[in-house]
Amino acid sequence: MNQLINKNLYGDYGDKENAGGASGSHDTSSEWPLWEVFIRSKAGLDHKHAGSLHAADAQMAIENARDVYTRRMEGVSIWVVESKYIHASDPGESESMYEPATDKIYRHPTFYDLPDELKHM
Amino acid sequence: MTVHSFQEHFDKKIDDEVMIEPRDWMPDDYRKTLIRQISQHAHSEIVGMLPEGNWITRAPSLRRKAVLLAKVQDEGGHGLYLYSAAETLGISRDEMLDQLHTGKAKYSSIFNYPSLTWADMGAIGWLVDGAAIMNQVPLCRTSYGPYARAMVRVCKEESFHQRQGFEIMLTLSNGTEVQKKMAQDALNRWWWPSIMMFGPPDADSPHTAQSMRWRIKRFTNDELRQKFIDVTVEQAKLIGLTVPDPDLKWNDATGHYDYGAINWDEFWNVVKGNGPCNKERLEARKKAWEDGAWVRDAALAYSKKRKARKENNKTLAA
Repeated sequence: MNQLINKNLYGDYGDKENAGGASGSHDTSSEWPLWEVFIRSKAGLDHKHAGSLHAADAQMAIENARDVYTRRMEGVSIWVVESKYIHASDPGESESMYEPATDKIYRHPTFYDLPDELKHM
Repeated sequence: MTVHSFQEHFDKKIDDEVMIEPRDWMPDDYRKTLIRQISQHAHSEIVGMLPEGNWITRAPSLRRKAVLLAKVQDEGGHGLYLYSAAETLGISRDEMLDQLHTGKAKYSSIFNYPSLTWADMGAIGWLVDGAAIMNQVPLCRTSYGPYARAMVRVCKEESFHQRQGFEIMLTLSNGTEVQKKMAQDALNRWWWPSIMMFGPPDADSPHTAQSMRWRIKRFTNDELRQKFIDVTVEQAKLIGLTVPDPDLKWNDATGHYDYGAINWDEFWNVVKGNGPCNKERLEARKKAWEDGAWVRDAALAYSKKRKARKENNKTLAA
């Protein structure tokens, strides 16, 4: 029972050691580290998370990202960051984290009831 | 939260079609089912490179060769998307490969059949990729986020695979008598294994009900198989080839094709490792893994050396 109450934050993002494999005992010391790949699809747009891959170092990560994620001109710029350096918020805390925003609808322009005749606003 | 409320929260998300993400709580069986399904899917992409890789050097023209190379490279890419999706569930890449190499994990049985003639490149693209697409399109809406996102990427790339295969079949069917015969022979050999790709009939598919409940699967094996048969039979007519099933008949009442009995003994026999190429495929994967060991080690050693050199330079400069 106790085991089930564990929060089980599966995922690689900064807590891979805790996530555990299916058997949890596999030796991964000879594995190339995991990298997260972000791609800018064209000038003027943000880099967006595309996926992840393994590479021995940053330069290889960028080269692999080109082969794996941009075979069809999907990008003009690539960022890679080793997955262990990414810190993520805890979904278990999302209520306290985002709840304060939900009761402030006056932050949206649609909150204000203005006459239809009003133009250009 | 108690166990009960974690489970309730999870169930409600599934019912509301809210995607599950890596750090969300999930039942252990959901995680295990996904690891099994995604890693099998990844292994299938990687092993699936072998029957087609077999023909790259013998493609009949430069155009066909370039296309086949691109397709096989795509399959490699698809395997990589899927491996990383599975890794978000906490299993390592090496562990998955180990499961493949030791026979603990399976891959799609279709890749245990040999690719004997050039027409097989057509039949594989048309039928095998066609069946795969049928399976994969609903998976773009599967309940686990990283898997669904990987599938969106895969599906976008996969449609060229099927079209190039059909084009090969079309060209052969419009060719000489011998070429036409070659196309028909490939269809004869790949038809039944292709419709087996959807897996055992619903009555014998132990995981289907639970996977449907979790919205991992969206349609049952038999539903997808029927859909595939209905569209593919029409496509075969278009190029004047005959589907090798004497019992195949349009059924006005159901609005579907009725088809003959599938030889499930053959299917299970191949799953169990006794197909024409099981041994060869696994040997090829193991050899690639073992022959590549020095490259993996050297790259790691090189990156460590460079890092150390950088640290040294920093110390000297300070």
